Amino acid sequence: MTVTELPQVIVPNPSFRKQVEEMSGEQVSACFQCEKCTNGCPLTFAMDIAPHKVIRSVHLGLKDSILNSDTIWVCASCETCTTRCPNGIDIAHIMDTLRQIAQREGVKASQKNVPIFHDVFLSSMKRFGRVHEASMAVTYSLKSGGLKGLLGQAGMGLGMFKKGKVKVFPSRLRANKKVRDIFKATERKG
Amino acid sequence: MEVSLYPGCSFDGVAREYRESVEAVSKILGVEFKELPDWTCCGASSAHVTNDKLAVALAAANLEIADRVGMDLVVPCAACFQRLKVAEKHLKQGKPVEGFSGKYEGMIHIKPIVDFLWEDVGEKALKEKVKKPLKGLNPVCYYGCLTARPPKVTDAKNAEDPQEMDRLLKTLGADVKNWSFKTDCCGGNLTLSRPDLQLKLTRKLLDMAEEAGADCIVTECPMCHMNLDSKQKEISQEAGKPYNIPIFYFSELMGLAFGDRSVEKWLGRHTVDPRPLLRQRGLI
Repeated sequence: MTVTELPQVIVPNPSFRKQVEEMSGEQVSACFQCEKCTNGCPLTFAMDIAPHKVIRSVHLGLKDSILNSDTIWVCASCETCTTRCPNGIDIAHIMDTLRQIAQREGVKASQKNVPIFHDVFLSSMKRFGRVHEASMAVTYSLKSGGLKGLLGQAGMGLGMFKKGKVKVFPSRLRANKKVRDIFKATERKG
Repeated sequence: MEVSLYPGCSFDGVAREYRESVEAVSKILGVEFKELPDWTCCGASSAHVTNDKLAVALAAANLEIADRVGMDLVVPCAACFQRLKVAEKHLKQGKPVEGFSGKYEGMIHIKPIVDFLWEDVGEKALKEKVKKPLKGLNPVCYYGCLTARPPKVTDAKNAEDPQEMDRLLKTLGADVKNWSFKTDCCGGNLTLSRPDLQLKLTRKLLDMAEEAGADCIVTECPMCHMNLDSKQKEISQEAGKPYNIPIFYFSELMGLAFGDRSVEKWLGRHTVDPRPLLRQRGLI
């Protein structure tokens, strides 16, 4: 037996469940593993840990494996799990909480483009008060795929432009200061 | 009848034909949608992933404006609707909302636009305006995720099998098909970051619509519309067979049935051209 074949030692983090429950306000411990969340989830095929196992892993304190999982980043927030949970656990909200913990604790996302998208989206909102789709899509393409990424999206952008579906200039809002103030007031407090 | 409208960021951009058709239809119905003054982004797909407090406060800021205006708030975008409802629940339950110092009395209702038209404008008023019934058109109604889910937030009457859009289109004379995918996810949140996954989810909807015997899909969400309409070429390449299913906003079909003259302008903005189908059905 070589070293790599040795069973991995998993060190549970007993405070993890508490951290998740406190941050989300959800009672993770109400889960009895009926798997309804997993059976209704449209994205399990792309997940490495099924949703009901994510909940179980929170119980067990398997913090590292969850925060490094694909699951938390491929969840599309469709809320089917939340709707169907017989114990009223807002599972989609727990996915949000796990993504927030991962970002706050500097865990590199397994799907690098997902947090890039959200950053770019929020920056656009912060700058203009509303999301300006066109510049947001260009910035995202550059940040996620460089020039190649931008060129890859150019065709679709041009098609949309020809159809009159691209708003070229962002709205000028008096209210964008209000949005910036909200960002400031809630920073690092979520 | 006057109500407030929270248009959302897509209404001037990718969903331009949605705005144009909603405006045309509202004129015919005598409904005045008053755009919320100085509205800002609700946080949509991204704020809740990053920071709960930010997500609630961004939406709450808009509810404060709607509250001050004092009329019910109609929302044409599913994601905006759900985020506004999340904030509403927070405020109504008296939970502290950091970053929001405004007032919210909570006397107004927040509604998806289809629910508003069906429940508040009503079947009778809609039926009276129909000049050209949508006979021979076989749509399936696609509600998407967030007008319905989760019902404890959205107050949806039937989150697994909503009926409002189905009934509205039947009133317009369409032969609406039943299907089980009304609220299945199109992958909207992953369109840019994991397009491969979004294409899989969207393809399933197109396949299931076809299996249900539909010749088109009708939606009320700008993101759903974009995913379903603009990705069919890529899906065709991946699947090795052609996909060419027209995707309508419900409001475009209302305009068509009400005999509005700008219908063809809206339809010209689609990626999959719906005009051949409508010509074949004798509707344009």
